[in-house]
Amino acid sequence: MATEVGPTPVKAPASGSAPIHHGPKGVGEDNKILSQGKWASWLLAPTIIALAVVIVYPIISAIVMSFQKDAGLDPATGLFTAGGPAGVQNYVNWIAQQCSAPAGGTVACPPGTLGAQFWSATATTFFFTVVTVALETVLGFWMAMIMARTFKGRSLVRAAVLVPWAIPTAVTAKLWFFIFAFEGIANKLFNTSILWTGSEWPAKWAVIIADVWKTTPFMALLILAGLQMIPAEVYEAAKVDGASAWQRFRMITLPLVKPALMVAILFRTLDALRMFDLPYILTGGANNTTTLSILVINQVRQGFNSAAALSTITFIIIFLVAFIFVRFLGANVVEQSGATGKGKK
Amino acid sequence: MTAATSSATSLRAEQDRGRRKAQNKEKWAQGRTYISAAVILIWCLAPAYWMVVTAFRDVGFTYDTSILPSHVTLDNFNTAFDTSFGNRFGQALLNSVFIGGVVTVVSLIIGVFAAYALARLNFRFKYMVLGFILGASMFPGVALITPLFQLFTNIGWMGTYQALIIPNISFVLPLTVYTMTSFFREMPWELEESARVDGCTQGQAFRKVIMPLAAPAIFTTAILAFISSWNEFLIASQLSSDATQPVTVAIANFAGAQPNQIPYTAIMAAGTIVTIPLVILVLVFQRKIVAGLTAGAVK
Repeated sequence: MATEVGPTPVKAPASGSAPIHHGPKGVGEDNKILSQGKWASWLLAPTIIALAVVIVYPIISAIVMSFQKDAGLDPATGLFTAGGPAGVQNYVNWIAQQCSAPAGGTVACPPGTLGAQFWSATATTFFFTVVTVALETVLGFWMAMIMARTFKGRSLVRAAVLVPWAIPTAVTAKLWFFIFAFEGIANKLFNTSILWTGSEWPAKWAVIIADVWKTTPFMALLILAGLQMIPAEVYEAAKVDGASAWQRFRMITLPLVKPALMVAILFRTLDALRMFDLPYILTGGANNTTTLSILVINQVRQGFNSAAALSTITFIIIFLVAFIFVRFLGANVVEQSGATGKGKK
Repeated sequence: MTAATSSATSLRAEQDRGRRKAQNKEKWAQGRTYISAAVILIWCLAPAYWMVVTAFRDVGFTYDTSILPSHVTLDNFNTAFDTSFGNRFGQALLNSVFIGGVVTVVSLIIGVFAAYALARLNFRFKYMVLGFILGASMFPGVALITPLFQLFTNIGWMGTYQALIIPNISFVLPLTVYTMTSFFREMPWELEESARVDGCTQGQAFRKVIMPLAAPAIFTTAILAFISSWNEFLIASQLSSDATQPVTVAIANFAGAQPNQIPYTAIMAAGTIVTIPLVILVLVFQRKIVAGLTAGAVK
């Protein structure tokens, strides 16, 4: 009963908007919804206002800024210019990797400048996202399957997976920086002498390993919550019917855990797309580990408006990925949040 | 008769063999579970353990590989708090506690109201509001940096506490609302109604029946909110000053006596100090935190 109160009557307000009077009971219901709506707006107002101030205002102001020229020395005249409207020039500059030329107009950005890094940063961001989320999903699934079993010390394992999650990312980055130091334990353990943060692929793998270590537990816990919603009878029935372990996994576990899994993957994907602290501290963005977020931060000091354009591009990319997830891959976040709440009782 | 007996014995032998086979299979499965559990334990704990061990090593043995610290010292903890190399770790700890505390309290106060409305009331645009709050939690932090940087520069807020607290609320508040909403949905609200039948006013019923029931959920949400705020780095790294920087920034910028030498043992000591309270908190309230994490399905 208690669980039904929340999620089920959600569709009701739609009929409240176009009141259909069917007897005194219906009218009463409408009034109730109306007064609840009034209550709700009072209760929600502080949150909505707070989020509007800290999120909606910056978005709008970033978009406005992104259409302005950056103030600075005009390369053609050597005089200080105040900016002014730029149209979509900032966006074009990033996407085409164009920088303003000393003789006026634009040329391809020289290698090494921030302007030359847009596509490599995008590629790096997506590479990190795909690899870390894939590894985290597989590892997290495995960890969740183990934690779902009954064995002595299960609560110890469940507690232990929270440790990496509880450590701040900045500390995680420093810790792995030490582990990956030239004389560090990683090299000694595997008897290698890799300059982990000194060249491209080791640096990339250092970021990936640290990120997977830090965030797999979160994935595992979300999947575990999904696994625990599957009633044991379903497995027993399948066993009686002679389904093998692999069949049971493929025909029961996967489809039934899919909603929780999709939400977990969505959250992690959006998180990975905005990855900042870990590569920023671990590698400083060197050796092609600059993500879009790092590029924005590096740009902030050189020109606000170009940075605003880049952050808007980042925002659009993340929004598109979220849209694709929700629209085509069936990650229904809003309903799922109700469902997990319901199943957990 | 003998034939029947012998067939019965062979049947029993067959059953025995089957049972033993099943038992062996079970044992093997159980053994594999333990091996897997051990692998998970090592994978999760070994790096964290390495940080703690290194924190206790003498600087001269920074790269020692012994499992237990061979030259135990507490010097690193002193070095972590030493301000002579420009580190302000002690101050940063206080900053983090202060910022995290304010963010948690503010987010909880306004978030609990919103969560109550979302879980208990029917109104139009409910899904839109939920979607908006969820969208807010997925918003990339860097998109806030540029406008906030300019705004705070203009109004002279750069490096102030409020410049760190207000953006932080935008990350923590959606999480608070989300977690509290799913907790509220599970609350036995019939109790509130029966209290009202027994003559309580709505306010009394809420205070005396629902609040005590909600207290553990609010506490859990507070822990999640505090951890999330404690972890924040992006905004703080750009908008804080030396005086207001939180621990995450202090640790990232930790400097040693020599500019080209990284004071690993001191950093690991600082990391240990920053982490231990959180880990204790998390382990003590483990069950609740897992419930909170999975209920809201939000990081």
